[in-house]
Amino acid sequence: MKAVMEIKKLTVDFGGLRAVDHLDLEVKEREILALIGPNGAGKTTLFNCITGIYAPSEGSMSISPPGKKPGTINGLKPNIVTRKGITRTFQNIRLFPNMTVLENVMIGRHCRTRARIAGAVFRGRATVREEQATVEYSYHILEKTGIAQYVNEFAGNLPYGAQRLLEIARALATEPFILLLDEPAAGMNPQETGVLDDLISKIREEEKIAILLIEHDMRLVMSISDRIAVMDYGKKIAEGTPEEIRNNPVVIKAYLGEEFVA
Amino acid sequence: MEYFVQLFMGGLTRGSIYALIALGYTMVYGIIELINFAHGEIYMIGAFTALIIASVLTLHGFNEIAIFVLASLAAVIYSSAYGFTIEKIAYKPLRHAPRLSPLISAIGMSIFLQNYVLLAQTSDFLPFPGLIPEFGFMKKYEHISSSAELMIFLTTAVVMVILTCVIKFTKIGKAMRATAQDRKMAMLVGVDINRIISITFIIGSALAAVGGVLIASHIGQINFYIGFIVGIKAFTAAVLGGIGSIPGAVLGGFILGWTESFATGYVSSDYEDVFAFALLVLILIFRPAGLLGKSGSQKV
Amino acid sequence: MQKKSEIKKSLLVSLWFMFLTFPIMVIRVNPVEKLVEWRWRNMVIVGVGSFVLSFVWRYMLRQKEAGLKRIYAGGRYKIPSIQRVSEDRRLFIPLLAVLSVFVVIFPFIFSAYQVNIMTTALMYVVLGLGLNIVVGLAGLLDLGYVAFYAVGAYTYGLLNHHFGLGFWAVLPAGAFMGALFGILLGFPVLRLRGDYLAIVTLGFGEIIRLVLENWNDLSFGPSGIANIDRPSFFGMQLSLQSATVYIYFLMITLALFTVFVVNRLQNSRIGRAWIALREDEIACQAMGIDKTKTKLSAFALGATWAGMMGVFFAAKTTFINPASFTFLESAIILSIVVLGGMGSIAGVIIGAFVLILLPEYLRAFSDYRMLMFGAILVIMMVFRPQGIISNVRRTYKFEGINVPGEKNK
Repeated sequence: MKAVMEIKKLTVDFGGLRAVDHLDLEVKEREILALIGPNGAGKTTLFNCITGIYAPSEGSMSISPPGKKPGTINGLKPNIVTRKGITRTFQNIRLFPNMTVLENVMIGRHCRTRARIAGAVFRGRATVREEQATVEYSYHILEKTGIAQYVNEFAGNLPYGAQRLLEIARALATEPFILLLDEPAAGMNPQETGVLDDLISKIREEEKIAILLIEHDMRLVMSISDRIAVMDYGKKIAEGTPEEIRNNPVVIKAYLGEEFVA
Repeated sequence: MEYFVQLFMGGLTRGSIYALIALGYTMVYGIIELINFAHGEIYMIGAFTALIIASVLTLHGFNEIAIFVLASLAAVIYSSAYGFTIEKIAYKPLRHAPRLSPLISAIGMSIFLQNYVLLAQTSDFLPFPGLIPEFGFMKKYEHISSSAELMIFLTTAVVMVILTCVIKFTKIGKAMRATAQDRKMAMLVGVDINRIISITFIIGSALAAVGGVLIASHIGQINFYIGFIVGIKAFTAAVLGGIGSIPGAVLGGFILGWTESFATGYVSSDYEDVFAFALLVLILIFRPAGLLGKSGSQKV
Repeated sequence: MQKKSEIKKSLLVSLWFMFLTFPIMVIRVNPVEKLVEWRWRNMVIVGVGSFVLSFVWRYMLRQKEAGLKRIYAGGRYKIPSIQRVSEDRRLFIPLLAVLSVFVVIFPFIFSAYQVNIMTTALMYVVLGLGLNIVVGLAGLLDLGYVAFYAVGAYTYGLLNHHFGLGFWAVLPAGAFMGALFGILLGFPVLRLRGDYLAIVTLGFGEIIRLVLENWNDLSFGPSGIANIDRPSFFGMQLSLQSATVYIYFLMITLALFTVFVVNRLQNSRIGRAWIALREDEIACQAMGIDKTKTKLSAFALGATWAGMMGVFFAAKTTFINPASFTFLESAIILSIVVLGGMGSIAGVIIGAFVLILLPEYLRAFSDYRMLMFGAILVIMMVFRPQGIISNVRRTYKFEGINVPGEKNK
C-alpha cells in the first residue's frame, strides 16, 4: 500500500533536551498505526510537530493525500496543516465547553466552508445553503460517532467518555485523510473503550482514512492496529505488526527493564 | 555636560520610583499571574495618607523629623492594609476564574479607588509638604541634583537590599519563590498559599507607599489621578525588565526613567507620556519576555 | 451559635473598614488655609454600611458556590426569563409593538434634554455592541477601544473643518477609518497573550489621545474642533429643536442596523470562529481556523462601530476635543459589556441603558457614576461573570429529530 505521510529524520529540540531524535515514520493509506512507548518518549511532541504547533529542528515531513498533489508540511501553521487534511484530538480534552455539541463539530467544518463577512451580513442564498449543509454534515458525523443524543447540550456538560468521542467527531468534520488520536481511551472505563474500539475500526472502513494512534491501553492497541511503532527517548526503537512487537526483546526492555528480557 | 548630568540624575530619581512601584507589579504577577491594575491607586492612597497625616501633625506643632517618620509610617501601614483588602475582595474569589476576569476586576478596583479618593477628598491638586529634609552638604551640587533626589535614590537602594534579603534568606521568601514556581506543588508541600499571596500584596503595597511619599514630596503636589499614569509606567518598567523578575523590575525602572528623562530633555517635553507608552508597546511586541525574563513555550 | 459567629465576623469587617477609611473619609485637610475638618459622620456610615454589606457579601458568595455545585452535579443551566420571552412569540410580538410605539412618540412627548440623553444611551448601545464583538465574542480584552471612537470623531471633525464634507459622506469613511486603525493597531499586537494585549491596547489608546492633544497642527490640540456641522436632512440644515429629533431617529436607525448586523455576524461561520477562539485558541487552530485572521476580523469589525459612532458623536455635539476620549470612556464601554453579559446582544443593550440612563435620571447617583462603574466591574466579576443576561446567545439547535428533554432546556 502507498504511503500517505513520510517522516524522515525528524528531530525536535527544546533547549538542550531532544524530545524527538531522528525519527523515521511512514503512515500508509487506510492503516491504523499505533505509536506506543513509555511516558515522555516524545509521542505527543511528534503529534505537535506534525500538526504545526512546534517547528522541527531538523528533518522533513511530506504528505501525499489521495487524489491531491504531494507536498511538504514542514513549517506550516496548524490551521494550514488541518486544511491539508491532517487533524488531531488532544490528550487533555480541548473542546469548546460553552458551545453546544453541534457547534463544536461545526467549527470543524470551518476550513471546508467559505462564507465571509459580507455573506454573514447579507445572508445570501449561497451562505444559507452552506450553513444548512454544515449543520446536516455535522449532525451526520454526530450520528456516526454515536453521540447524536447530546446534539444540543453544551460540550462542557457531557460525560467524560462522550467528550472524548466529540473530540473525534470534531476532528472528522475537517475531512482529514490522516487522523491523529492522542490517547483517546485515557480515563475511559472498559465499556467505553469497547465503543471506542468499534468506532475507530468503523472510521477506517467508512471514511477510508489513515489513523495514527497514541495509546497506553495495550489491549486496544493490539486488537485494532495494523502496525505498531515503539518510541523511547525520542527514538523509534521498533516497528512491526502487533505480533512482532509483542515478542520484540528491545520493546520489552524499554517497558519492563533489563531483567525481564528472556 | 552639566545638563546631561542633571538629566541623568533626574532619570535616576524617576527610575527609583518606577522601580519601587514596579516591584509590586512584578511580585504579584510572579505569584498569581495577575496584572494588579489597582497598584497605582495603592501608591496614590499612600501619598494621600501621608499628606493628611503630615498636615494634621503640622497643625499640632510636631517637629519635622517626627512628621516625616510618622507620615511615612502611616502611608506604609495604610497602603499595605488597602493592598491586603483589595486582594481579599477583588481577586481572592476569582482564583479559579478565567484569566481575564481578575484583570477586569482589577480595572474596576482601580476606577473605584480613584473615585473614592476624588469624592472623599477633592479633585484639585493638593500641595504636598516637602517632607524630605535638606542636607547641608548638598548645597555644593545644587545645580545638578537635590537632597530629595539623593534621598530617593538612597532609600530605594536600601529598600531593594532589604527586599532581596527577605526573598533570598527568610522562610517567607522561600515560600514566595516556591509559590511563584508552581502554586499547586507549593500547596502540596504545605505552603499556605493564601497567606503568601496576602504577604506579597502587603510587601508590594508598602513599597508603593514608600515610592508615593518620596515622589510626592519631591514634586510637591498630588491629586487622585496620579496613580493611573505612574501605575502604567511602573508596569512598563516591570515588563521591560521581564515581569516576574525582581532585578528585572529594578533594571526596567532605571531604563524607563532615563529614557523619559533624556527624551523629554533632548527631544520634546510635550510627548513625555508617549515615550513611556511607545516603549511599552514596542517591548511587548518585540520582546514580551522582557530583558531578564524567560520566554516559556505554551504547553499543549 | 452560628448567628453569633456571623455577627462577630461582620463586626470585625466593620471595624477593619472604619480603620481603613479613616484618614481618607474622616479627615479633610486644607493645606492652604491650614484647616482640618473632621467628618466623624462618615466613619459611622462606613461602619454601619460595611457591617450590613459584609452579610450580603457572604450570602452572595455562598449562593454562588451553591450554584457552581449544582452545575458540577450535572444540573442544567437555567434559561433566563429574557430568553423565554424572546422565544415565545405570543409575548414577544406585543411587547415589541409597545416598545416601537414608545420609541416613535418619545421625542414628541419628552423635552429635547430627554431626547438627547436617550440618543446618548443609544450611542453607547452601539459602542457596547461593537466592543462586545471584540471582548465578548472573540475574548480579546481591548482597553483602548475609545481610540477608534476618537479616530472616527476626528475624521469627521477634520474633513468637515477643512473640506466642508457632510455627515453622510463621512459616516462610511469614519467606519472605514475605524476598521483601518483596528487592523493597523491589531496586526502587531494580536499574537500577544490576553493580559498583555489588554495593556498594549490601553497604551495605544493613550498614545492616540496624547498625540491628538499635542499635535496642534493636525488636531488643534486641547482646544479641539468646534462648529462641526450637524447631519443635514436631504441637504437642509435644521433648527436645533428639530435637529435633536432628527438625530434621535438617526440614532435609532443606526442602532437597529447595528443590532441586525452584529446579530447576523454572531450567528455565522465567522461568529462561531470568534467564540471558538475565545474558548480555546490551540484547539481552534487545530481545527483549521486562522488565528490571526480571525482575531483581526474581530478587532476591525469592532473598531468599525466605534469609528462610525465617533462621526456621529462629532455631528451630535458639534465640538470635539481630546478630553472626550480618555481611558475612562473605554472603561465605561467595558462596564456596559461586562454588566450586560459578555457575548449577549440583549445584555449589552440593557447594560447600556442601565449604566447611562440611571445616573442621568437619579441625580443623586450622578456624582457616584464612576465609583459605581468601578464597583460594577468588580462585583460582576466576583458574583456573576456571565453578566445579568447569560447564555442568551442563540445556539445552533438541531431540530431534525426529537431530543428528549428538549422542552425544559
